[in-house]
Amino acid sequence: MENKHKSARERFIHYFSDESNRRKLAPYISILFGLLAGLILMLLIGQDPIKGYINILNGSIFKGLFEGNFRRLGGTLAIATVLTFTGLSVAFAFKTGLFNIGVGGQMLFGGFIVVLLGNVLTLPKPVHLLVIVLAAAIGGALWALVPGILKARYRISEVVTTIMMNYVAMWTVSYFVRRWIPGHYETESSMIKESASLKFELLTDLFSGSAINLSIILAGLVVVFIWYILEKTTFGYELKAVGFNPDASKYAGMKVNRNILYSMIISGAIAGLAGASYYAGYTNHVKLGVVPNFGFDGIAVALLGLNSPFGVVLSALLFGVLRTGGEYLNAMTSIPKELVDIIVGLIIYFAAATLLIQFMLTKLIKKMKKNDEKHIEEKVVE
Amino acid sequence: MLDFLNQIFPLAIAASIPIMITAIGGLFSERSGVVNIGLEGLMLVGAFTSSITIHYFDQAGNNNEYVVWIAILLAGIVSGLFAILHAYASVSLKANQVISGTAINMLATALTIFFARFLTRSQNISLLNRADRYQKIPILSDIPLIGNWLFTDIYITSFFVLLLCGIAWFIIFKTTHGLRLRSCGEYPQAADSAGINVVKLRYQAVIISGILSGFGGAIYIVTIAGEFNGSVNGFGFLALGALIFGKWKPLNIVFATFFFGFMSTFASLSFVNEVISSFRIPYQFYNALPYVMTLFALVIFSRNASAPMALGEPYDAGKR
Repeated sequence: MENKHKSARERFIHYFSDESNRRKLAPYISILFGLLAGLILMLLIGQDPIKGYINILNGSIFKGLFEGNFRRLGGTLAIATVLTFTGLSVAFAFKTGLFNIGVGGQMLFGGFIVVLLGNVLTLPKPVHLLVIVLAAAIGGALWALVPGILKARYRISEVVTTIMMNYVAMWTVSYFVRRWIPGHYETESSMIKESASLKFELLTDLFSGSAINLSIILAGLVVVFIWYILEKTTFGYELKAVGFNPDASKYAGMKVNRNILYSMIISGAIAGLAGASYYAGYTNHVKLGVVPNFGFDGIAVALLGLNSPFGVVLSALLFGVLRTGGEYLNAMTSIPKELVDIIVGLIIYFAAATLLIQFMLTKLIKKMKKNDEKHIEEKVVE
Repeated sequence: MLDFLNQIFPLAIAASIPIMITAIGGLFSERSGVVNIGLEGLMLVGAFTSSITIHYFDQAGNNNEYVVWIAILLAGIVSGLFAILHAYASVSLKANQVISGTAINMLATALTIFFARFLTRSQNISLLNRADRYQKIPILSDIPLIGNWLFTDIYITSFFVLLLCGIAWFIIFKTTHGLRLRSCGEYPQAADSAGINVVKLRYQAVIISGILSGFGGAIYIVTIAGEFNGSVNGFGFLALGALIFGKWKPLNIVFATFFFGFMSTFASLSFVNEVISSFRIPYQFYNALPYVMTLFALVIFSRNASAPMALGEPYDAGKR
């Protein structure tokens, strides 16, 4: 009731006096700063920033949209799907107190298993898809198992081990692909069979032949499932508790080591699904010699989504737009597509620096409150 | 066999030098308590800066000896400046150092390729000016075995790096300044109460890590790579591995990087060299081995803690 009569200023102060509300603002400010920096950079190299951003939007959503051609949007959704998986993988690990930088490697290994089984097995499509999706999750989980064990058993920081595992994945996959499923080029595996492709005719036609595929449905299911585990089950509560304070959790009778292992396995399994989504839905083969960038993008996605499963979906969409739009930007203008990487990198940096943003806001609120008090005092004196 | 060793030693040393100097840079940062997983990015900034510098000298037709040194120096300066980003986030803002390091890596990759394309219209910058090589160093190269291995066909920059490593060891372990630096990494609150400026020292350390990584990136370019192509081949992460493998101690780090350098050389020669190809071990194995060994090292060292105690913890004066 009272709220109605309050001025915008009072409401502003009231809202941001709450710390959790201040936290919620951080992602928006990170995005704003990131986009602003992109704008400055485009000006710096003598390009029109407005044209640049319009090209990003056109390339990722609008081009052809009004003529009934959903190809661009479909491509963006396909990339956003992969990012949802990697973002969710990072976010889940964060929520349970782990920093999984190895999502790229886990995704690569899961994807390798997918491409391998997509090449050698001959099965009816529904069975084949079920097999590769399960295999992707298992592959990713296996790759996360090593850092998980090292963390649970020896208390070794997962940060370094997951980085090392990324490169081990890169070379392991390179070896087995070239031995078992070499492609036309030295840097590629051979293509998976049609029956193992996540592309679905109805969906592809609906989006005018774009890369969108069945994994988008899978992503939706997994997001809800992870949200349910984290928010509605004792299991999820325990995982979060162990991440938040292992000693207290141990004292409360939780099995700390086992829970760390579970967290890492689940995070890895989601990363593996990203592999299925990308390698069986988008590229249909594995590229050798690189750790997919989606793992690092996943960190950005998770940070902006404040580690909540639904937040991850939203920020994955944003990054999907940036990534797909960046390719278009590269083709249409003389602005290098790395502009998008710079924006993403800056967003991560600013997200790391959220404390600064919160700090500035806290100061601002304090100042405003002080001013108000002064006004009141002056009135009283009068 | 002797021929083989004579042939492989100079290559392995050349490969290990950029990793070594970068790892020593990481040592400064981590000894002061700041995790630096941005080494790869800092190296890349150095690689780019040196490449673009030499590129312009090449275009001007200048191929004096000093060109390479100017490039290395500039690379150190620019990477040092870039490292301030990491120092600011992880020291002043008390941000998560791993996230900040990740951002540094992403930004470095993006910015360097962006500017490479903008300035030269191509992601690849190939160079004419390269570091000088000594065919044979007088007297020293006449020592049996070692003379052929260590003092033949060696880059001038390698001596520079070994010298820097010695200086780094001296500073960190033999001076008051070094003791202060290490105390910031072990117990910053105690250091602070003893009158040490933790924030300043950590800034210094991170900037030094940037400068040395910049040298590393530049030396990678002027010795083994010869062109900039938007990556330093994971050498920065190898440096991070060497730092851990060497238990945060300079001499151990030097040996760890030699080992990593050998593996890297084995990998790149596995098709060309008769001896290595006769082992019938895939090149991917040599490439992956340093990372695997680092994992094993972590397990073996996990019993007696060797990492700086306050590594990765933002310094909070109010915390005890």
